[in-house]
Formats: sequence, structure tokens, C-alpha cells
Amino acid sequence: MEETGIGIWGVPLAIFAGAIRVSTPFIFVSLGETITERSGRINLGLEGTLVFGAMTAYAVAVMTGSPTLGVLAAMVAGAIFGLIHGWICKFPKVNDIAIGIAMMQFGLGMAFFLGKSFIQPVAPKLPSIPLGGWSSTPQIQAALNINVLFFIGAALALFLFWAFKNTRIGLILRVVGDSTDAARAMGIHPDRVRLLATAVGGSLAAIGGAYLSLYYPGSWNEGISSGQGLMAVALVIFARWNPIGCFLAALLFGGAGALGPALQSVGVTQGYYLFYAAPYVLTLVILIATSSPTRSLAGAPGALSLTK
Amino acid sequence: MTIEANDPAIAIVEKPASLRPVLEWIARRAEPVVIGLAAILIGLALFSLFILAVGKSPATLFQLMYTGGFGSWFSVQNSLSRAAPLLLTALCVALPARLGLVIIGGEGAVVLGGVAAAAMALPLAGTAPVFLTLILMAIAAMVVGGIWIGLAGFLRHYRGVNETISSLLLSYIAIALMNQFVEGVLRDPASLNKPSTRPLPAEYMLGNIPGMDVHWGLVIGILACMISWIVIEATSYGFAARIAGGNVRAAQIQGLPVGRLIAGFTALAGSFAGLAGMIEVAAVQGSANASLAAGYGYTGILVAFLARHNPLAIIPVAILLGGIDASGGLIQRRMGLPDATVLVLQGTLFIVILFCETFYGRFKIFNPDLWKRSL
Repeated sequence: MEETGIGIWGVPLAIFAGAIRVSTPFIFVSLGETITERSGRINLGLEGTLVFGAMTAYAVAVMTGSPTLGVLAAMVAGAIFGLIHGWICKFPKVNDIAIGIAMMQFGLGMAFFLGKSFIQPVAPKLPSIPLGGWSSTPQIQAALNINVLFFIGAALALFLFWAFKNTRIGLILRVVGDSTDAARAMGIHPDRVRLLATAVGGSLAAIGGAYLSLYYPGSWNEGISSGQGLMAVALVIFARWNPIGCFLAALLFGGAGALGPALQSVGVTQGYYLFYAAPYVLTLVILIATSSPTRSLAGAPGALSLTK
Repeated sequence: MTIEANDPAIAIVEKPASLRPVLEWIARRAEPVVIGLAAILIGLALFSLFILAVGKSPATLFQLMYTGGFGSWFSVQNSLSRAAPLLLTALCVALPARLGLVIIGGEGAVVLGGVAAAAMALPLAGTAPVFLTLILMAIAAMVVGGIWIGLAGFLRHYRGVNETISSLLLSYIAIALMNQFVEGVLRDPASLNKPSTRPLPAEYMLGNIPGMDVHWGLVIGILACMISWIVIEATSYGFAARIAGGNVRAAQIQGLPVGRLIAGFTALAGSFAGLAGMIEVAAVQGSANASLAAGYGYTGILVAFLARHNPLAIIPVAILLGGIDASGGLIQRRMGLPDATVLVLQGTLFIVILFCETFYGRFKIFNPDLWKRSL
């Protein structure tokens, strides 16, 4: 029997493979949100940006035949969403959390509206790298067939970790995020920095969306995202605004998301729908465990409204 | 007979300046109305540009929207029916907002309230009296909804967990729980492609308001808005909540029970959203199924923000949004636009209205204290 399957070992393998497959959008959205939040602003609208990015990438890939162009178009669309959010939030008395909810609704509406005609056609998929070529077991080959965006996301996390600490741009971002007044005293325009940070965050979130529609699950429909954009906000808190933490937390979330399908594949169907809730329960438990009513979170940008 | 100097008729003639308090009263109350209406007009203008850009006529669309939402008695009744759950889900946002909390997970309370109502009703239906069954369903839905949103408030105060994110996560968890119940223990074996609980017997359904084709949910929703308004405006709890919403530390120094206020207000808010779920089950669906997650919780956020978290203002806004929702089908059929058109309109309005918050306090005309300097 060992020739055809790998038995119970299929479960951890499926979770591992699922973690890598499911985590990629989380990596991009949470890295984008980290950049935005480090500048002292929160963007809850990334869920809308993610879905709009998924639609844009799919539509452009269908029309041009190139998934790369699709990803680039999604980045532009995501940056535009970020610019709108950033521009509106710079006005006094405007609540950035509420604007985020509104932008989410707007992004979902626009994506469903403009994407209606792209539900049927099939887009070319993003390429992946078959790292499992050495193995003769199909499950291992499938598990190690890893999309290029995963590697780009991992590299980006390392780069951002370095850049926050060691570059002038990283320093400016951290100053603006910690104290608007200190930034002004240094001659930095906080609104301009936040505008750019929100735009970059939006374009990264849109890449996460492009991954959903162009690789896994790899089709465009209205239920493509199940809150990845919003869970990324919680994930950033869990990761303490640290890009490498975001990468690891994204893997953890991906693994939680893959738990249900993995158990189902070996015949565990009891409580199947509850496993769908696993990533959300995990997020909530982590939030409860790491929050405190009396002190602000370690590593939180001082000007961030979320943690006050 | 002499004319008394304090005769009110003469006093008005002698003191024309007494008009001023009236003007001040109007000016202070005009600000949200004028800015709100201006925001809606700007939002509609932007939406018109979008419709023009996709090559359709905004004039036709607005006309259809009016016809579909309010053009006939039939469409008015349809709009009112759709407004009923929005009244309750908007309260779920508006009440915690008085304490400065942004709760966006009302959908979860709706869904679980619906499941709880169905779970309560199905063993009773056929044996217990109709009225008692409906009351018990409402209580079950309100308790479950109250616990769900109250949990977000509790975590906020006692653990410092951001309530916006926790309520949203709870809402996803609630939808998974509903799917588990409806697919599992509560599933009606006769429901094949669309799993649901066993249907309620027809006589156990919440009927229509006499003389109208609108279910009793509308009356329940309007009553809930009025009760909420009284709680906020006329009780010491509401007053304390407004203080705590303004400045938590100041409220704590004053000795106000901020924790209990937050838990109480979020629980009340959640119980209203749960009640919306019970109404969906008992008046519309007839059973608990995936249709409970129809987005009423999310539209309620928009209604509450449009109404500036004022429970009485929620009533007209919910009816307006209910009308826009009701006209969606007509727009889809007549103009060939996707059903998401309504979603785009809602998103646009939502953004512009929040953006226009920045204009509050900017215009002298709305602030009588500044009149002397400008007039």
C-alpha cells in the first residue's frame, strides 16, 4: 500500500504544502500593511484592494495573455486605491478606520461590477518552480511546486526588515509613525510620507490578490477572498510590525487554513466547517493573548490610532 | 382695561431680537442635515460619472432607482421590508459608536441569532402557542447575538483587543458555526442542494402588518430605534456612555463604570442584530440557512454612519437604503448592469459621507457663537 500513497504522513505534508500555498497572499497584504502602519496610519480597506487586485490581474491576464502584466496592472490599481485612502485620511476629523471600511465596500463593489464579465474566461496562470523534482512521490512533488511570488514575498520580508533599520527611507517612515510632531520638526511632511506608504501598502495587497486569482485557487469569482485582507491587519499586530514576523505568521495562518482540507483528504469529515474557522479563531486567540488593557503593544508605532 | 406690559403679543412686537434663539436653534441643527445632504449629492454626482464612464445613462438609472424603490405602493412595501433588518443591524453599529467603538461584525450576530431562533422554534413548533414560541425565539436570538457582540466589547475593555478586528473575526467564526449547524445537527434531510434547518410551520411565522405586505419586523425595528434613542438621550446610562465615548480617562476619574457600560451597550447592540436574524428566519426565510449571511450586517454599518449614529435618523436612512437595495433587481434587468451596481453606489456614498466629516465646524453659519464677528 505504500507504493500508491504515503498514508497518514499525507496530513502534515498537506498542511505544509497548504501553508506555503495559502500564506502567499497573507505575506503580501501583511507586508503592505506593515509599511502603512509603520507610517502611523491603518488601512482596513486592504480587503477591497486585494479583491480589486485579484480582478484586475485576472482581467488583464485574460486580455493580454500575460500573467506578469496582470500582476503589474494589479499593483497600479492597488496603488491608486492606497492613494485615494491616503488622500482622504489626511483631512482633519476623518476617521481612518471608518474610511477603511468604506474603501473595502467600494473596492468589493468595483471588483464585482467590473469583473462580472471575467468569471467565464480562463486566464494563464503564474509560473511556479518545481523544487520536488528529486522525489518520485507525486504528493511531495506537488507540495514542493512553489510559486515564484512566494519567494519574492520571502525576499521582500527580509529586504523590508533590513530597510526599516538601515535606510534613510526606513528611518523617515519610523519617525513619521512614532510622532507626527517630531517628523515635522525634522522637516518631513508626515502627510506625504503616509500617502506614499499607503500607496505602496495598497500595491502589495493587490499582488496578494493577483496570486489568488492567477495561481491559487486560480480563478476569478466573487468569493475569492474570505477576509485575508482583514486578517492581515490582525496578523501585523501579532507580528509586532516586524516584516520577518509577518512572513512567519503568514505561514502559521496558511497552515491553519490548510488544516480543514488536509484532514478531509484523509477522511476526517466531522466538524468540517469548524476547521474553516480555524484561521479566524487562531487570529482571535493570538490577539487576546498578546493584547493588554493597560500598556500599548511593544513595537507599535506611536501615532497609530488602532492601538490607542 | 389696560394692556399688561408682559402680554406675550406685545413682547414680541417690542423685542424683534427674540427671533435669534430660533435662528440659533435652526443653525445648530441644520449642520448635519445640510452637510449630509451635500455629501449625498456629491456622492451621487461621482457615481453618475462612473455610470457615464461605463456607457450608461445616470438619468435612467436614478429614475429606475426611484421606480424600483419608491415609485409605487408595491415598491414602497418592498423597500420597507428590506429596511427592517437594516434598522436593527445599524443599531448594532450606532450604539457602541456612542462609546467610541467601531463594531463591524453585526453580520455574525445576525447569522447566529437566526440559527438560535430556529433551534429554539423547531422543537416547540406544533406544541407550544404561537405567540410564546415567537417570544422565545426572539429571546434566544437576542441572547446569542448579545453574547457575540458583547464579547467584542468585553475583550476591548478587559483585554485591550481592538473591537473592529475582533468583531469581524467573530463574524467569520459565526458564519462557520452556522454552516456547521445547518450542515450537521440541525440539517433537514429534505434540503438537498441548499442545506437548511427544517422549515417552520406556516402558522408559526411572523406575519404581516395588517393592511400591508410588510412583515412585523419593520415595527420591531422602529421600536428598537426609539428605545435606543431614549436610552441614549434620556437616561443616565446614555449620558454616561457619551462621556465615556468622549474621553475614557475622564469618565473613569468621574467614577463611571466604563467596563460595564461597554459590555452593556455592545451586548444590547448585538441583541438587536440577533433579533434581525430571528426576523429573517421567522418572517422571510422560514428556516435558518446560508441566506442569513446576506450582507445586512455590512449595509447596517453604512446606515449607521449615514445617520451619524443617531437612532432616530437611522429610520429614514434605513428606508432609503432599503429602497436602493430593492431597486437593484430592476436596474439589473432594464439596464443590463451587474447587481454590484448598488454596492458601488453604497461604497461611493460611504466614502464621500465620511470625507465630509471634515467640514463639520468649518462653516461660521452653523455656529451662532461666531455670528457677531461675521454678520
